[in-house]
Amino acid sequence: MLEIKNLHVKLEDEDKQILKGVNLTVEAGKVHAIMGPNGSGKSTLSYVLSGRDGYEVTEGSATLGGEDILDMEPEERAAAGLFLAFQYPVEIPGVGNMTFLRTAVNSQRKARGEEELSAGEFLKVVREKAKALEIDANMLKRPVNVGFSGGEKKRNEILQMAMLEPKMCILDETDSGLDVDAMKLVADGVNALRDEGRGFLVITHYQRLLDHIKPDVVHILSDGRIIKTGGPELALEVENNGYAGLKAEVA
Amino acid sequence: MALPQPKLDTLDARLTVLDLPDDNGCLKPAREDALARLHASGLPGRRDEYWKYTRPETLTSAEVIPAALLSERETPVFDNVDRVRLVFVDGVFNAEASDDPSLAGVTIERLADVAAHDIHWAKDIYGVLETRGQTPVSRPLAALNTAFATDGLVIHATGKAAKPIALEYLHQSETSDAHLHHVIKVETGAVVTILEDGPAAARFNKVMEVEVADGGTFHHVRAQGRDHQRRAATHIFARLGEESVFKSFTVTMNGVLTRNDCVLELTGDNAVAHIAGACVGDGDFHHDDTVFITHDALACESRQVFKKVLRNGATGVFQGKILVKAGAQKTDGYQISQSLLLDDDSQFLAKPELEIYADDVVCSHGSTSGAIDEEGLFYLRSRGVPVGEATDLMTLAFLAEAIQEIEDASLAENILARLEGWMARRRKD
Repeated sequence: MLEIKNLHVKLEDEDKQILKGVNLTVEAGKVHAIMGPNGSGKSTLSYVLSGRDGYEVTEGSATLGGEDILDMEPEERAAAGLFLAFQYPVEIPGVGNMTFLRTAVNSQRKARGEEELSAGEFLKVVREKAKALEIDANMLKRPVNVGFSGGEKKRNEILQMAMLEPKMCILDETDSGLDVDAMKLVADGVNALRDEGRGFLVITHYQRLLDHIKPDVVHILSDGRIIKTGGPELALEVENNGYAGLKAEVA
Repeated sequence: MALPQPKLDTLDARLTVLDLPDDNGCLKPAREDALARLHASGLPGRRDEYWKYTRPETLTSAEVIPAALLSERETPVFDNVDRVRLVFVDGVFNAEASDDPSLAGVTIERLADVAAHDIHWAKDIYGVLETRGQTPVSRPLAALNTAFATDGLVIHATGKAAKPIALEYLHQSETSDAHLHHVIKVETGAVVTILEDGPAAARFNKVMEVEVADGGTFHHVRAQGRDHQRRAATHIFARLGEESVFKSFTVTMNGVLTRNDCVLELTGDNAVAHIAGACVGDGDFHHDDTVFITHDALACESRQVFKKVLRNGATGVFQGKILVKAGAQKTDGYQISQSLLLDDDSQFLAKPELEIYADDVVCSHGSTSGAIDEEGLFYLRSRGVPVGEATDLMTLAFLAEAIQEIEDASLAENILARLEGWMARRRKD
């Protein structure tokens, strides 16, 4: 599904290399987790894959279903099936959440040559999916993420994911700012989307999210490289020994 | 004090091509008075304090600069609204194209008919509110209008008007030079909504005087259309009584020159005045909102919300003043003027002013210029919204605070639809 080869990335404005040769393949139907200490390049990886400005790929490639995504515009990547759940979802005053969702869904359908959803059809689907995430009508009416609590913002991300039905989902520290109940709700939302046709890349500091979203593969990212790959037990090892222990072990 | 020679020359040239209407009725004293005031003030010049950012020459010249007509006929903005439609073609009322002006709770007359009367209530407003609005800032184009306007409507609201009154201005001559003057009186407990739509003329000078009595409610929604070459100088003068409500919103799309003055005087306690505007301009677009609000009573609320979207070298101007007179305690004044500059060539010139002589008031003002929020844009694009559409969504979001000032949701929908159309025509995906 997602294939990253020898990816080198630096910040556009400064001569600072962030990713130093990342290799990673997420297969359809699998959940991969990336763990790593602060500054290891986790968020950079998610931004580079989704097409945010400010990063320069100096070497390597990233493909989604065999298609090179690094040359695509962000909206083209989205239409190709890539979705990033933001660590800090952006507030957009003045744009209603419902308008936003519908525009996004129909833009992607249009880009893929599919028929747009009518207002009625859309409403039916969104209500059903919102309900499962405990998102009420009021949250759908309000401007995108404005005045939402941390938990509401993250649930809103998962709602977008559920509506857009991407092939490849990247979750960037989706657990940050969530209490236990909110995390469970979000994790349930993600688990409901697990499907053999869909890949997940879950980026997190802590093991606790992985108690709820059980990964198939765990990678440790440190200083711009994946230093270790293993099964779910690797996450527990981090929890018990910290990143320092792992780094020492690899070195 | 004698006028400087250039001002004299401009005034003489302008007056040579205008004739004082020969109505010998109740408006004549106001016309003569306006003409005398004009001789004292002259027409606006480049060096006048309130004309620093907008060049007045094409508004004061004797000759009209021809304005090409829009090639396609636009459907009226409020076409789907149940309304009394009153049509002006190049500044002249056209009864045939208009609806029957009878409407319960409201009396609508034509200015030309009123001017023929010896006695009419309109004489207590015509030129009177305009004159009050000349101090402390002179507005000579309004005086010119009072002197020379031959057409317009005189509207008397005595009850709750069953539907809005829509003034539709059609521009059909490339060289029309129109002066329209409307007089509106809203009596105690009366409620009326006035809609205005259209470019009106190649050069359009319009004055609207509005007297809102104690407890009266006046709503105004105006669309200044897409006809790009036209030039307009409009004035609203309003006086608000106790617990009255005045709400005015203007959307402006295109226009090489638009100057909208709004002069409000809150003279009764607890009056509420909201004035808002949204404009979108591309290229040689120049739009000027000049507002002067005087608080002269207790516990009044005034709100100014102006948003401008400017691209390809367009210019936006905002000059807004709140004057709180001594004794106008508990005043609540708010003013915001913002521009969204879609490129480096466009500019926004803002002059917010507060002058306060009371010590127990809340007044705030803010003015900003900025580009599209990149974070928001990326967020939308990451969800699959193409960059052009995402930019439009962000732009409409920017305008939302002003559009929300329109009380009637269906009227707001109409305005929003026009703005969406304007942006869609310019979209680059």
